Amino acid sequence: MADRERAARRRFLGRAGAALAALGAAGCDRLSQTEWFPRVLGAAESLNHSVAKAITGRKAMAQEFTTADLSPSFRSNGTAVPNNPQYAALAANGFREYALDVGGLVAKPRRFTLAELQALPSRTQITRHDCVEGWSAIGQWQGAKLSALLDVVQPASNARYVVFHCADPMEEDGTSPYYESIDMDDAYHPQTILAYGLNGAALPIKNGAPIRLRVERQLGYKHAKYVMRLELVESFASIAGGQGGYWEDQGYQWYAGI
Amino acid sequence: MNDSAHPAIPSVAGAHDAISAPALVRRHAAAVRVMHLINVVAIVALFMSGLGIFNAHPALYWGESSYSGQPAWLEIGARETANGEPIGYTRIGAREFDTTGVLGLSSDGGRLFAQAFPSWLTVPSHLWLALSRSWHFFFAWIFLLNGLSFVLYTLASGHLARDLLPTRLDLRGIGHSIVDHLRLRHPTGAAATRYNVLQKIAYLVVVFVLLPLVVLMGLGMSPRLDTLFGGWVGWFGGRQSVRSIHFIVAWLLVAFVLVHVFEVLVSGPLNQLRSMITGWYRVPREKEHG
Repeated sequence: MADRERAARRRFLGRAGAALAALGAAGCDRLSQTEWFPRVLGAAESLNHSVAKAITGRKAMAQEFTTADLSPSFRSNGTAVPNNPQYAALAANGFREYALDVGGLVAKPRRFTLAELQALPSRTQITRHDCVEGWSAIGQWQGAKLSALLDVVQPASNARYVVFHCADPMEEDGTSPYYESIDMDDAYHPQTILAYGLNGAALPIKNGAPIRLRVERQLGYKHAKYVMRLELVESFASIAGGQGGYWEDQGYQWYAGI
Repeated sequence: MNDSAHPAIPSVAGAHDAISAPALVRRHAAAVRVMHLINVVAIVALFMSGLGIFNAHPALYWGESSYSGQPAWLEIGARETANGEPIGYTRIGAREFDTTGVLGLSSDGGRLFAQAFPSWLTVPSHLWLALSRSWHFFFAWIFLLNGLSFVLYTLASGHLARDLLPTRLDLRGIGHSIVDHLRLRHPTGAAATRYNVLQKIAYLVVVFVLLPLVVLMGLGMSPRLDTLFGGWVGWFGGRQSVRSIHFIVAWLLVAFVLVHVFEVLVSGPLNQLRSMITGWYRVPREKEHG
């Protein structure tokens, strides 16, 4: 009698547990579909940003490695060849006609040819690239310090972000160009460079030629490739989806330091 | 009153005389019950969203990078056999296992999905990395604040010294306790009002070793936090090693939870559940057991 009762009780608990698990999983999906719940979850992002800043300091340097650590071949992720005729024409000519357009909230907007960018104070660094997906690769990057370029164009006092407009469209029909943005702390960081070299050679097209951003204390999607134009802004709310980047517009965190 | 918050105290009176042991005792303090509940929710959300994040790149490596020339030590994926049949596989080192139906390839609502961990184990159920990350970071904060509160509570209330640290007597009885556990024999009378020695050791290892380690290894994946001490992540073998350790410790925690729930089920589940919900635990009488 007691045994049968116990067995029934065990069956009940088992079923209740399974029902609870199924309910939980379905509930999680339903919550994910709402508008308010992801917004509540998103509250953690600003906490992550301010705590990381407080713990590490604004000027903390990303770890650097030696040539022995280099990945044999630096993985290309996302766009490998931009589907953009203007870009294709620039590439066909070895980027001799390329010029980086810098504007927005700056005192002296101007264009920089590749040669001019290469003449700016530069930095060479061997760093680890951490993709949001989970993989890492190590490469040696050479590029113009973004701080040096900003010293030339002189950002206005209300400039809070640098926006990177890129040549690679993210839609099949050639629309929705990739873009990214970083704040002035990262823009003036010594390891933030406009890279034109990878592993001692010219930056390959698959890795973002002729210019890609390196912002070493954040995940890979912040490192915009095929950069064509810099825009200094006070707010990025009016650009594309308004979240500060192509992937941010798809729900990814603007602060990608974690 | 302090007594209601201090589970071990009522049992002291009955310790010498099993017959006078109270039938019902306050087993878990309200603070412990609330923190346990928050922890259950946070750990489940962290585990399932963590597997969702893992699914974005279902491979684990040792070292700083994933492209060092060394293959992944663990890889889960889907591919077609020579006959064109889709299968799910899990490769550990050089050994590959067919895990179709669970890992690599699984079905959900009659449809096949090529995803490393199956939809019923991940949040959200299908690959949505951005949202898995949102879930993970939100519940990471809840878990962290709750965990810190628990540690402070155990120290301030004396819960740690009184209920969790094994006594010398406990440690001497460890062999006996192992045999009891294997035979599924559970303490009765006054002994049932205290944690047994294996239980104490398990809780201490989880609270003070595994959980801090899983948090630290999670933080180690942050490129910003890695800037501390010129790259402290290297002390643990590098960023990809840290990711591997995070994954392994998460599964060790699952192993703990499975044993924990098993022990609850075989030692009077309703009584145990009630003690974690209302605090009241019915002490199993010594003579009745058999």
